[in-house]
Amino acid sequence: MPDPALLSRIQFAFTISYHIIFPTITIGLSLYLALMEGLWLKTRRQVYLQQARFWQKPFAITFGMGVVSGVVLSYEFGTNFSRFSEIVGPVLSPLLTYEVLTAFFLEAGFLGIMLFGWKKVSPKVHFIATCVVCVGTMISAFWILAANSWLHTPAGYEIVDGVFHPTDWWAVIFNPSFPYRLTHMLLASFLSASLLFAGVNAIYLLRKQHTEFAKSGFSIAMWAILVLAPLQILAGDMHGLNVHEHQPVKVAAMEAVWETEQGAGFRLFALPNQKEAKNDFEIVIPKAASLILTHDINGEIAGLDQVAPENRPPVAVVFFSFRIMLALGGLMLLLGVLGLWARRKGRLFDNRLLLNFSRLMIPAGVIATLAGWYVVEVGRQPWLVQGLVRTVDVTSPLPASQVLSTLILFVAVYSLLFGVYLYFMRKLIRQGPADATGAAQDEELPTTLNPAH
Amino acid sequence: MDIALIYLLLIAIGVLMYVLLDGFSLGVGILSPWLNKAEDRAIAMKSLSHLWDSNQTWLVFGGVVLFAGFPKAYATVLSQLYLPIILMLIALIFRGVAFEFYFKSHTSRGWWDFSFSFGSTLATLSQGIILGSLVQGFTLTPHASEQIAWFTPFSLMTAVALVCGYALLGSCWLVRKSSGRLQVSARRLGIISLFAVMFFLALVSVWMLLAQPQVFQRWLTWPTGLLLAPVPLLSAYVGLRLWQTLRSGEGNDLKPLGMAMALFGLSFIGLAAGMFPYIIPGQLTIWEAIAPERSTTFTLVGIVLFLPLVIAYNIYNYRVFSGKTTTQDGY
Repeated sequence: MPDPALLSRIQFAFTISYHIIFPTITIGLSLYLALMEGLWLKTRRQVYLQQARFWQKPFAITFGMGVVSGVVLSYEFGTNFSRFSEIVGPVLSPLLTYEVLTAFFLEAGFLGIMLFGWKKVSPKVHFIATCVVCVGTMISAFWILAANSWLHTPAGYEIVDGVFHPTDWWAVIFNPSFPYRLTHMLLASFLSASLLFAGVNAIYLLRKQHTEFAKSGFSIAMWAILVLAPLQILAGDMHGLNVHEHQPVKVAAMEAVWETEQGAGFRLFALPNQKEAKNDFEIVIPKAASLILTHDINGEIAGLDQVAPENRPPVAVVFFSFRIMLALGGLMLLLGVLGLWARRKGRLFDNRLLLNFSRLMIPAGVIATLAGWYVVEVGRQPWLVQGLVRTVDVTSPLPASQVLSTLILFVAVYSLLFGVYLYFMRKLIRQGPADATGAAQDEELPTTLNPAH
Repeated sequence: MDIALIYLLLIAIGVLMYVLLDGFSLGVGILSPWLNKAEDRAIAMKSLSHLWDSNQTWLVFGGVVLFAGFPKAYATVLSQLYLPIILMLIALIFRGVAFEFYFKSHTSRGWWDFSFSFGSTLATLSQGIILGSLVQGFTLTPHASEQIAWFTPFSLMTAVALVCGYALLGSCWLVRKSSGRLQVSARRLGIISLFAVMFFLALVSVWMLLAQPQVFQRWLTWPTGLLLAPVPLLSAYVGLRLWQTLRSGEGNDLKPLGMAMALFGLSFIGLAAGMFPYIIPGQLTIWEAIAPERSTTFTLVGIVLFLPLVIAYNIYNYRVFSGKTTTQDGY
């Protein structure tokens, strides 16, 4: 029977990876919903109302998936990491309580009005509800990123009898890496939603369906990508500098630098060998890593050798995840620039290369976000709280058989649901928007259930 | 006032809010297979679509307040009751996604119907087992063991009892939200669940008095016994009135739901009275488990500021969707 601590970690990694997919989409998509509804109220152009009402359905199922997978996480700290909950709880649990109070309830309370209240409240009140849901998703991100960042750069605490006691809440929440992480994650959400938005509208343009609808959406999304992609690269760079300052070992793993180097090269590709503490193979751009991370061509990059082998993260996972994220970020930038080029040529809506590229990029934002999280979280190992608490020391003393059975259950249920989710997303996208009057949107119950008609 | 007591009260409020609100939402799911027509089941589910999420949020609220107030208890209870808790979470997943997919599907409705009722019932059974183990108390096992302490006759009984209890709340909710054929069946199902609930209330009371000396001590000795005496008497009275109301079908449609909730409130007081002041029965009192003061005061500020606001906009949400649910209500 495998080690229960390892099983708990796999289970948490699996459930949280699954969960993060959905908030990544809904945070950004809720902003689009608010934007579209706002534009409709301002201009009264039907096409914006169509966008708002169409995107509500993909939003609703994505949000629902986020809710059900999120509830699991709020309990998993206690079920699988009881020792962690016990000793770090006094610092982290208040942040989670604030999340529930200021975000969860807010989103849930106004979601009903946003989804089902079109005929029950005035357009203005409805717009307010949509904005509240949007703000709620961001407040949620605020608290979660605060708690998560604290694990990387703990601050404002003291340790009394092995238990973490808070000493300064401001320092706990606004810990050194928090602003960078929050910005990076929010931009990632906006980008992911923009890519989804652009890609779906590109599909309609390619199929010559809902053309007016698709043009307005595609144009807005391409502007958004053009602005967001470079911004995200900038934010990522600043985040990188911050990590370099506070978690040099993680950076060494990201770059697969085993021995401290001055003027370190950027490894375009490498095969990290954890056992022998070297790369079996590498393609290096000289000096580039130092330039990127220290903004100095001869800057020093600390290597993995600065810590004992047992305090190093699994380098290959971090290294490759980081490169996947970078590559996808580069493609997003390319898409934005290509969009601008096509727009200036007057070919934004009929350049097939651009439209097909957009379509292929639909999942890029979510994949890049997942890869980014792996860099961040795997890069922190073997620590749960950087430098202070080891992950393996704080799992619950559970029988391996129980954790294994729940893990299998989660994998089975989540895989099934992900298939169903994709099926329904595809179905909603194929259905497309209703006509400008919104008539077809009201077919909520099939006529067979409604004998009066 | 003592901060540990305040937190105990907050958790009690959270749990009670959850039991009352998600209780009727889960109850509708439990009853769904007993409704006659697909149309009735669709209306029953639709009556919840705008609020199941906020109702369920109280579960998360209860969890995090326990975590914030009593981290040691949170860690202990959750890891000791590992399987029933994970099972409950997975059941809630089935139930939650059913709301999203049911109304967007045509060919797979039967599956989502099943997912809704199966998820609701399984989640309730798990909660009943968790409740039963907590009430009964368990011995803490510091090391991994295959032994499952929560699987006892008592916890199985509380599981079935809770299914009946939520079914009662669910049927009273349907009385409020429906009319005609659906309302008639809701009243009938309500009466059946009410009888089951009254039976289980009596059974649990006697069982606890006999099995737990602390409970016996508290209920049947002077002066606490006198203070607590109104609880069973009131429960019996409310049960009787609820039966009359459901049977006659007269009066305000909201009344049965109010009375069912009152019955739950009374039972809750009854259970809590037997367990006080333990946060883990027989093991850890609230004063031993309370978090450091800097944590509890910081969290309390947030609760005092935001909880009234939360309740206010939840009431607003209910008001926007007040009245009977019909097949025409939709996006």
